Amino acid sequence: MLASILASGLAVGAVYALIGVTYNTMFSTSRVMSFTAGQLGMLGGVFGSLFLVRLGFPVIPALIATLACCAVVGVVTEILAVRPVLKSLDQHLYVLSTLALALMLQQLTAIEWSTEPQPFPKIFGIGSGVFDEKFWLPIVACAATLIGLEFLYRRTLIGHAFVAIAEDNFAARALGLPERNLRMASYALAAAIGGLAGFAGGQLLLAFVANGPLLNFYGFVPVALGGLGNNRGAVVGGFALGLFQQAANFLVGGIFSSVAVFVMFIIVLLAAPQGLFGSSSARRV
Amino acid sequence: MKADTRNASIAAHESEGSWRTTAMHALPFVTVFGFAAIVPMVTNDYWALIATRAAIYWLLVSGLNLVVGFAGQLAIGYVALLTLGAYTTSVLVSGNVMPLFAAFGVAAVFGAVFGVVVGLPALRLRTFYFAMSTLGFATIVTQIALAWQSVTGGGIGIAGPEFPAPFNTTTGFFYFCLGCAVLGTWMTANVAHSRFGRALIAIRDAEVATESLGISKPRMLVAIFVLAGAFAAFAGGLFATLQTYITPDAFSFDLSVLFFIAILIGGRGSILGPLLGTVILTLLPEFAAPLAAWSTFLYAVLLLAVVLVAPGGIAALLDFKNRRPLQTNRAIIPRPALLPDILSRERAGANIALRGITLSFGAVRAIDGLDLDIAPGRIHGLIGPNGSGKTTTLNVISGYYAPQSGTVSLGGTALEPGRPETRAEHGIARTFQTPRIVGEASVLQNVMVGGTIAGQGTLVESLLALPRHRRDERMLEDAAKLALRVVGLESLAPVRADRLQHSELRFLEIARALMLRPQFLMLDEPAAGLSVDEIARLGELIREISRQGVGVLLVEHHADLIFDICDQITVLNLGRTLAAGTPSEIRQHKEVVSAYLGG
Repeated sequence: MLASILASGLAVGAVYALIGVTYNTMFSTSRVMSFTAGQLGMLGGVFGSLFLVRLGFPVIPALIATLACCAVVGVVTEILAVRPVLKSLDQHLYVLSTLALALMLQQLTAIEWSTEPQPFPKIFGIGSGVFDEKFWLPIVACAATLIGLEFLYRRTLIGHAFVAIAEDNFAARALGLPERNLRMASYALAAAIGGLAGFAGGQLLLAFVANGPLLNFYGFVPVALGGLGNNRGAVVGGFALGLFQQAANFLVGGIFSSVAVFVMFIIVLLAAPQGLFGSSSARRV
Repeated sequence: MKADTRNASIAAHESEGSWRTTAMHALPFVTVFGFAAIVPMVTNDYWALIATRAAIYWLLVSGLNLVVGFAGQLAIGYVALLTLGAYTTSVLVSGNVMPLFAAFGVAAVFGAVFGVVVGLPALRLRTFYFAMSTLGFATIVTQIALAWQSVTGGGIGIAGPEFPAPFNTTTGFFYFCLGCAVLGTWMTANVAHSRFGRALIAIRDAEVATESLGISKPRMLVAIFVLAGAFAAFAGGLFATLQTYITPDAFSFDLSVLFFIAILIGGRGSILGPLLGTVILTLLPEFAAPLAAWSTFLYAVLLLAVVLVAPGGIAALLDFKNRRPLQTNRAIIPRPALLPDILSRERAGANIALRGITLSFGAVRAIDGLDLDIAPGRIHGLIGPNGSGKTTTLNVISGYYAPQSGTVSLGGTALEPGRPETRAEHGIARTFQTPRIVGEASVLQNVMVGGTIAGQGTLVESLLALPRHRRDERMLEDAAKLALRVVGLESLAPVRADRLQHSELRFLEIARALMLRPQFLMLDEPAAGLSVDEIARLGELIREISRQGVGVLLVEHHADLIFDICDQITVLNLGRTLAAGTPSEIRQHKEVVSAYLGG
């Protein structure tokens, strides 16, 4: 039992962590938390199933097509729901505009795709039992994303530009950085990460429209635990949440595992409002 | 004596006028509910059911409106509380645990409790966290309803509560729900038009300012979470009765979206707007049957359109009286002679004393060992170059910043550091460098917010419009009108505050601060952006305020104003006192002249 708790806990934890990273990546260049993050995870599964099953693509082209479609959704999010409300961040209009877009995505998927869970095929067929690919695939995707992001932020020029904008937007613009294009790029990147989460977790969560709001919440919990904008915190928080949830699931049953997660969420927020690993806060007066 | 009779006659005249405005406010509601009341008489049962549903939704939305529309807290998952109420009443009634109305009472209590639990993150954290916690709650409540089969019947469901005669017919039940909706409207309107409603809007749009007025955000929010949760759960019980049989499917997230969007389409800070929004959104799928599957998509499109194009919603479209152009060449003529009427109170005669204050932001020492005394009845000027720590000092006194060392005390009692909401009760009022006002509220309402802590009545008294609530309202309105006459803005009282000029906002903030009947008044660059004439009148007003025994701390860059009216001046540089003394001493001070005054 311990092995299956560990396997499924780490696997869903990796998906939650990746959604958390999606939130953070969007947040870093725009100071906006977007409700589309969880929907992108859902879309990753849906697009994956669409390309792999319905259209019969091989794995690599299907993955690339999924990530590309998600990236487009990310760019649309930036243009439609984020850019117009950036002027008045303090009014929190972004909560409403991104929520509206997330609902549109969800409804569109429900009507054009299906409201029932659809199958997601095996990709490699390697491993069985607790070493089944549906368990290790999300973990590998999460590790690859983290290494990739670390490389991007530390070694590449565009990564340095992202960091500069996240650090100090005004100063970055004064240096002549193309802030708007970088923001769009970061939304595309974030969306691809969300899509990857859905694709890698597809066999676990299926291509199911109801995953959207679920991932929105469970992907946000690691962000709240780890602190806004803190990717390492989000990953640690994601795995902790996955393990906690699955342990509760096996030990006390499905009803109470979601209650346990919710209670933990509220308690952590009240005890450590800035997250367990800290985040930035703004000056008020 | 003469003044008294004059005030009394004004009051009598106004109460007649206020009766008429109340009637004007009530007319649209009477029309809407009147139309609803004749629905069962002129149509069939089907439309009566639709109207019942609209009434139930509105009962929930009217409570939620205080959370979303007034307090600005983005609660997106209120279907969870509807579900909670529906299952609580169904389980209790169909299991014969208790009679129907007792079950509704229990449901309302549950709703209130969970309304607060879900709202807890809103008390300390950013908006997005609260939106998430309500979303999370909505997700898990449905899961629980599905999984907890022994109680909720799982996916098979459970029978809803049945009402006794005469409410067991379609029409009878409709009138019961309509009655609840009318009652809900009346109660939330009472709250909205009380000091609580104004404070909620101020928390939404000018949170920092509400702290300086002694308004406790957590207490306010908890109170309305209780109210909105109870309303929602009660509505849930009615919803279960209407459905006759409930399954988790009946409580899709789409319903949450409907409630939430009805408020935003209706317009924040309004009651009529969200009422119309609820009616429209409930009826929309009936008139566009082929689009029924797309209804949530349409709601979402509407939401995006409202946010991007018309943030004011229906209420802003109906706000005709604020479209009339204002007089363009209006002048602000304060009446300092009226100040004794508003500032008369017992004066303790104690000083505010700062001792050894230091405060660093990172490596920057904003204040570096500052001592300062502010005496009642004196004007103390605080000048210095940019970044010398003037506003920071003011923020330390008013509690926004906690200094790393040193104390702020008033007459020997230490003022709690980092607790701005405690200053108002000590009679310390302030204005802000950038005016912090509620743009969507009228000038009069903005000033009335300043007197929030002077009210005696509780929220429950306001909810039911009991005498103490009405007395508070009269007292606050009279005081606010007087304060507006003092600063010379009385002709703008009914105007939306965001239509005012910058200089008028500065005087508006002073009027709001006067509502606290302050012992001390701290002004942060009150003359910035004012014309020469206005600065002269401002100076006169400040001097008269200090003559009433109020200690004034004046942070200002206009050297003329400072040297004209101050009794005492402190010059700051790099967080330290460069010089202190009377205006004539400062004028002679070599370093000050060379570093700051020039010449």
